[in-house]
Amino acid sequence: MSTTRILFAGFGGQGILFAGKFLAYKGLIENKEVSWLPSYGPEMRGGTANCSVIISDEPIGSPIVSDPDVLVVMNLPSLDKYEDSVVSGGKIFVDSSLVDRKVKRDDVDVYYIPATKIAEENGIPTLANMIITGKVIKELDEIPYEHIEDALKKVVSARHLDMLRHNFDAVQKGYDY
Amino acid sequence: MAEKVLMKGNEAIAEAAIRCGCLHYFGYPITPQTEVAAYMAKRMPKVGGTFLQAESEVAAINMVIGVSSTGKRVMTSSSSPGVSLKSEGISYLAGCDLPALVVNVQRGGPGLGGIQPSQSDYFQSTKGGGHGDYHNIVLAPASVQEMADLTVKGFELADKYSMVSMILADGTMGQMMEPVDLEIGEVKKYEKPWALTGTKMERAHNIVNSLFLSPEELEKKNFERYDKYKVVEENEVMYEEYLMDDADICLVAFGISARVSKNAVNEARKAGIKAGLIRPITLWPFPKKVLREAADKCKAFICVEMNMGQMIEDVELAIRCKKPVYLCNRTGGMIPDPADVLKMIKDVNEKGGNE
Repeated sequence: MSTTRILFAGFGGQGILFAGKFLAYKGLIENKEVSWLPSYGPEMRGGTANCSVIISDEPIGSPIVSDPDVLVVMNLPSLDKYEDSVVSGGKIFVDSSLVDRKVKRDDVDVYYIPATKIAEENGIPTLANMIITGKVIKELDEIPYEHIEDALKKVVSARHLDMLRHNFDAVQKGYDY
Repeated sequence: MAEKVLMKGNEAIAEAAIRCGCLHYFGYPITPQTEVAAYMAKRMPKVGGTFLQAESEVAAINMVIGVSSTGKRVMTSSSSPGVSLKSEGISYLAGCDLPALVVNVQRGGPGLGGIQPSQSDYFQSTKGGGHGDYHNIVLAPASVQEMADLTVKGFELADKYSMVSMILADGTMGQMMEPVDLEIGEVKKYEKPWALTGTKMERAHNIVNSLFLSPEELEKKNFERYDKYKVVEENEVMYEEYLMDDADICLVAFGISARVSKNAVNEARKAGIKAGLIRPITLWPFPKKVLREAADKCKAFICVEMNMGQMIEDVELAIRCKKPVYLCNRTGGMIPDPADVLKMIKDVNEKGGNE
């Protein structure tokens, strides 16, 4: 029986909420209990955005993730704000092309991936979120490699079906990094 | 069972409403409820219904009065400040004995307050809000599934008793996504012989009205209405008990606070403290009986709510102050942390029921 509590954080416009929704749907397809809770408010593009995702074998109590097992940060303010909240033994994923400092904690596993740079180099500048998410899938035993495409089909809107392949490639790039 | 979909609580309310035959929605946007209106705007035209963004909350609730008086299922939704604006209309709905569903996805107050989740409209929802002697049926969902299920239940109860059902949710419930099964089954429909559908020269006029200038007549109306409320109190109470069989400490919480409390109860159990939770699902009618019974078994109560202590008054009344009731609260848009609730459980456990 396991429960994984993930906090995604970054700027609005980076697809933070989308990445969280993708993992939540992936959990749902795998018959897990899932919850997804966004920060909401006056934030818009350029402001801060975060979302709490819980994937569990048991019914989920509070959907709020205040001390995450997994922290995914895509900007410096988010690392500053949430670094200390991660549980001891947890994991922190950092988009190292946007965050220019190292994680100070030594009781957590840290994964640096230049997601934004990889995205730009591959002509998919809006998909850094999915690249870092691919890395998360790779490093978390609780989240299997399967069902990536099924989950993407649920979250990529029907009007942008051409983006399905790009999203899949982005996840794969992060997974292989 | 149908395939589950991930949906925001606000969207689940809107979809469930359409599926149980509500084809008329009137609203005005306000965070954190706006997705209800946005979803209705998208879906209603496709199912032949009416979505109308009114010029104000006051206009929207009066449109609800109009449609309800024709016997059609109708709803409106808003968040705290908007519901204050609707309160006059809600009182008129009560005075006319009209059914309707009113959704409040609460945010911090008073005044314009903030936009983060809150439960500080408990008094407003359960004790009145508008003027005069009346009650609404108040339903408090604690999951996205319940946002859908209680919407259906709310329409059924409103029609069954010809009164307003209110969904009292909060920003978290509205914004969070969880898997939801939207297969709602057979929807109960009720005859509405009072509805204004045109006499076709075959029957006497129906009159929907809340003005009764003769005090004798108005008193009689109120007495009759309260007889109806008594039936609701006897038959429609809903609650969930969690680990209450052997509980020494009884937490009482609704909505998102109940989910936080469940985490704390689980942690307390791990620490060897017999904690349990009673979660009112109907806030009116309030689950008095189960609380009174718990008072004979438990040492103390802890009320967890996101306001300055509103439901706690009903808990104290329900248990006739037999046992101490402590308040564990945050307000203004803050959500209690399970660790804070756990600390309170430990403190109260040590005190052993002595205030």
